[in-house]
Amino acid sequence: MRGEDAVRLRPPRNAVDGRAVTWWRTQLLVTTAVPVVVLAVLGALVGPARAWLLVAAGAVAAAGLACAAFLPAWWFRVHRWEVTDEAVYVRTGALWQEWRIAPMSRIQTVDTSRGPLEQYFRLATVTVTTASSAGAVRIEGLDHERAADLAERLTAVTQATPGDAT
Amino acid sequence: MPWRRLDPRTPLATAAVLCGVAGGAGLPVALGLAGSRPLWQALSWVLAGALLLLLGGTGADRVRLRRTRYRVGPDRVDLHTGLLHLKRRSLARERIRSVDLTANPLQRLLGLVKVRIGTGERSGGDAALELELVARAEGERLRRELLARAAAPEDPRHDGALAALDPRWIRYAPVSFVAPAIGGAAAGAVMQVSEWFGAQGEVIDWIGERFSSVAIPWMILWLVLAATAVGAVGALGLWIEMWWNYRLEREPGGTLRVTRGLLTARSVSIEERRLRGVELVEPLGVRLFGAARVDAVATGLAEKDEDKHGDLKNLMPAVPRPLADRVAAQVLREPGPPTGTPLAPHPRAARNRRIRWALWSVLAPAALLALLGLLLTPVLLYVAAGWTAVLTPLALLLARDAHRNLGHAVSGAYLVTRSGTVRRTTVALQRSGVIGWTVKQSYFQRRAGLLTLTVTTAAGSGAYAILDAGRSQGLAFAAEAVPGLLTPFLEQPVDAPENRETPEARSTEG
Repeated sequence: MRGEDAVRLRPPRNAVDGRAVTWWRTQLLVTTAVPVVVLAVLGALVGPARAWLLVAAGAVAAAGLACAAFLPAWWFRVHRWEVTDEAVYVRTGALWQEWRIAPMSRIQTVDTSRGPLEQYFRLATVTVTTASSAGAVRIEGLDHERAADLAERLTAVTQATPGDAT
Repeated sequence: MPWRRLDPRTPLATAAVLCGVAGGAGLPVALGLAGSRPLWQALSWVLAGALLLLLGGTGADRVRLRRTRYRVGPDRVDLHTGLLHLKRRSLARERIRSVDLTANPLQRLLGLVKVRIGTGERSGGDAALELELVARAEGERLRRELLARAAAPEDPRHDGALAALDPRWIRYAPVSFVAPAIGGAAAGAVMQVSEWFGAQGEVIDWIGERFSSVAIPWMILWLVLAATAVGAVGALGLWIEMWWNYRLEREPGGTLRVTRGLLTARSVSIEERRLRGVELVEPLGVRLFGAARVDAVATGLAEKDEDKHGDLKNLMPAVPRPLADRVAAQVLREPGPPTGTPLAPHPRAARNRRIRWALWSVLAPAALLALLGLLLTPVLLYVAAGWTAVLTPLALLLARDAHRNLGHAVSGAYLVTRSGTVRRTTVALQRSGVIGWTVKQSYFQRRAGLLTLTVTTAAGSGAYAILDAGRSQGLAFAAEAVPGLLTPFLEQPVDAPENRETPEARSTEG
């Protein structure tokens, strides 16, 4: 560390799976579609407030479409992960970015989860928890086979660690 | 090992509590019934109900008493309880982390205590065994027996009493945030109770008459002062009830024990193995008088005492800061207080952010008021002007103070971080207790070259933040505080271009 101002966190080595972009986009579209459909149906049924409801539906749809067009690619650039022999290292976020580091010796549980959409895209999320109550380390958008391998490897490491990891 | 039972006087304590409940609920009911029928009839109805409640409650408690038994074996503590739904609980003795005793005034009179045997679970949930109630001597015996650990070496410098009550500490009670809360609650209670009796209007009229000769602002001022005075008295009373007979001691075997309480006596034990550090808390009022409260940062402390009489993690009430530092050092078995080390200040950019927040929080509502004033009535314009004139300097002062309070340092085996202005906290956390780092940067922080570094730990609130440190400053600090954890992920982009992002590079994962 020579230059005082020259230190920074390097990006983790691995990108998430390319299908994650489509997955995120689908998620955003689905979450936008629900209120838009509700507003549009209400607009069709309720005569007096039709203009307002349809404008609101349009605004929500526009915002959702903009997010779906723009955010997933940004997330894909930011979301990266890495597992070394010592630690799990994950970067997430877009406007608010977050780097999380959990040492292998303090990992308590390793979970893999797959929602319906994730199953369709053959993706999985690996959640690594430590004894801290302040949130787990989540790696989203991994290819499901790779996620299973990773979880297996992390579990093996965890079991080899003595103590209760506090 | 023989099975033991709860103390046979337990139903007595229950009966006494039920008497109180019956009296408290019966009186208004009797008054209400007496309106429509003769007094003797109303009274006999209420008495019959009270008797039923008393007999039923005491009977149920007797059954519970007969069906409950416990046993302390060489490896396990067992508790069997329940009439229809039988519950058999068993705790491994090595997992027991705390044995806390509490007794309310009535139970103290009868010489009984409630015993809570905890395993260091996070929320005060099902994992703890509760014995309700046993004789005080039996409670003490359980506490000593279950917490006795042979391994810890004797340490005459740090064993014994660490602190005992100094009645002069009470001067910090009225300046805590408890006082205004009690004052407000008292004012609310007056209004509520008078409404029950349909006399709220009369109370308001009566107050109006008292102040008929003075202007409204003076009346408001007087009422606020009165509420403050009531709050201060209430805070003094609460302080006495909470901290009377206070004593902090270290018992042989490495257990910290806090005993305190005037009416309800409490004994809280924290095993030193669970201790990861201490936290000095200075609410604004207390800080202005140079005092601080000491809390423990320990794993598996239930967040709240059931009877809400204060946190289990409280090691000390607000005391003069030097004393707080000294006791913190003794609690941690350190020669000097880690909480007293000089801290590295955070960059000017952090101050600019705080000033910007302060100005936004004052000027945005002012602008809204002014806009409404232009549209509706000029009165709002004056309100907006007054608001800005009064609150801007205050907000700027708080912003400067907030920046001055930011700081972090490594002190021996501890890392220290401080932040906050209305409630300033200084945390000293064992470096070996760090179980991860979280680095956060918002868009604005990236532009200002700042980052927020969060230490995750199994103890206390689970995460302690180092807010708005300089980018290199924060990362270098993290690398120094916990060597090896963050270092592999740092790079110096100017000097070492080969460390740049190379997705195809050796993946340790595959």
